[in-house]
Amino acid sequence: MTAAVVVDGVTKIFNRGRPDEVLALTDVGLTVGDGEFVSLIGPSGCGKSTLLRLIADLIPPTTGTVTVAGRPAGQARRDQEYGIAFQQAGLFEWRTVRRNVELPLELRGAGRAERRARAEEMLDLVGLADFAGHYPGQLSGGMQQRVAIARALAVRPPLLLMDEPFGALDEMTRERLQSELLGIRATTGTSTVFVTHSISEAVFLSDRVVVMSARPGRITAAIEVALPSRDEAGRQSPVFFEKITEVRQALRGTPAPITAEA
Amino acid sequence: MRRILPIAAGLLLAALLWEGYKALGNPAGTVLFGVRVLPRADDLSMPHLATIADRLGSPELAGGRPVWQVVLEACVFTLGITATGFLAGAVVGLLLAVAMQRFRIVERGLLPYVILSQTVPLVALAPLIAGWGGILMPPWATVAVIAAYLAFFPVAVGMLRGLQSPSAAGVELMRSYAAGWWRTLLKLRFPAALPYLFPALRLAGAAAVVGAVVGEISTGTRGGIGRLIIEYSREATSDPAKVYTAMLGAALLGLLVAGAVSLLELPLMRHRRHVEVVTL
Repeated sequence: MTAAVVVDGVTKIFNRGRPDEVLALTDVGLTVGDGEFVSLIGPSGCGKSTLLRLIADLIPPTTGTVTVAGRPAGQARRDQEYGIAFQQAGLFEWRTVRRNVELPLELRGAGRAERRARAEEMLDLVGLADFAGHYPGQLSGGMQQRVAIARALAVRPPLLLMDEPFGALDEMTRERLQSELLGIRATTGTSTVFVTHSISEAVFLSDRVVVMSARPGRITAAIEVALPSRDEAGRQSPVFFEKITEVRQALRGTPAPITAEA
Repeated sequence: MRRILPIAAGLLLAALLWEGYKALGNPAGTVLFGVRVLPRADDLSMPHLATIADRLGSPELAGGRPVWQVVLEACVFTLGITATGFLAGAVVGLLLAVAMQRFRIVERGLLPYVILSQTVPLVALAPLIAGWGGILMPPWATVAVIAAYLAFFPVAVGMLRGLQSPSAAGVELMRSYAAGWWRTLLKLRFPAALPYLFPALRLAGAAAVVGAVVGEISTGTRGGIGRLIIEYSREATSDPAKVYTAMLGAALLGLLVAGAVSLLELPLMRHRRHVEVVTL
């Protein structure tokens, strides 16, 4: 199996050499296999979002290397090897839903007909085909988030990076979107790195849950999850609850060193 | 029709206030502790609206053209100057804003001077610029320069604010698309700045009108509404309604410019008019 993402010996220090220097990540190693769904979970400030941004080459690592699709992260970003979605949908309010989804294709220089066809296909995938002509301001939070996912998928990237994409949504919408995301993944086979602070969300979605701890941010455990099925029955299965307990214990089992608190 | 009604109501209210004050106010003005707090209400200071309307219809000088024609012609002349100054000012303001957004050091170095520029009294500046007339440019263009000098400021400041308005997530998103500075500017910063740009353009429009009128007066340029106000005000003691006709012309000019800017806004701000929310 080839690797979609390889993070090797990465350390990230913000504001280096200044009084407000922060050691955000220390010696992080992570490999995401092709087609694998990996969740990053941990308390606030554990550097999970930072790790995602490093993979996306939105920020450079202080030391270590990040490889995406066999290339350095910077090259992969320029080749648009990944799609990204944030907690805030971050749609451009002056563009219609369709034109929002078309944006990454536009920047890639895709022709009008191709853009249109692809946008329609992606909106279909997230169940918003009827809203292509609407403006983001007219949509609910859950719908906006689905548009953001459609936008992230528009260039058919082999890798999807998601930073708490359902964090701002209510529980019902959240569960529905989780199922939709799994459905999309089943059709596209996209590898996914998914940042969350919901244990049940991480367990339900992932092949592997990577547990992180804070101060300094590091990976403390990786838990493989093999649910019998990823649907309502899967949510009720004993394995689901076992894994939730396991992740919870992993989160608790590594208290931050007291010396680092000061 | 629904949009015309409030405008008509506003005009009517203004007319009622004018005539109402004339009817009730002290003709010699109200003086408190030696300070005139309310203006004189006599016919010399505040002619009846009917008198002003009548004056518009009668000849400017004995046997000459009617005043409304002269005023309108002056308005057209000043409108040309205003438009030129407004466009030049807007372009300069936009370029300054883009430069300040692009380079932090330009913002730090330039912004104080941009603000300082507006504190220089126009009266001090006008003769200098007027001196360029006939040498560097035709005399009317010096007035346009003054109008531009006033108009660029709100655009530069408002547009800078607008260009800096996109969220960090928006900027990161563009970075994730490998979009460089120029494409981020075109696809993200410019559209995001539009809600800031239009109020700034309205201010710039008003500033350009003021600049053009005051500029005409202080450079002594003939043919425009500013000059007309000065000429007519010299006759204020014998013909008080006449100067008000010129002022009406200046007001009309301001309305025209404000209207033109609003028209510009309509096609570009379509998304702001869709407000109802759909939930699924």
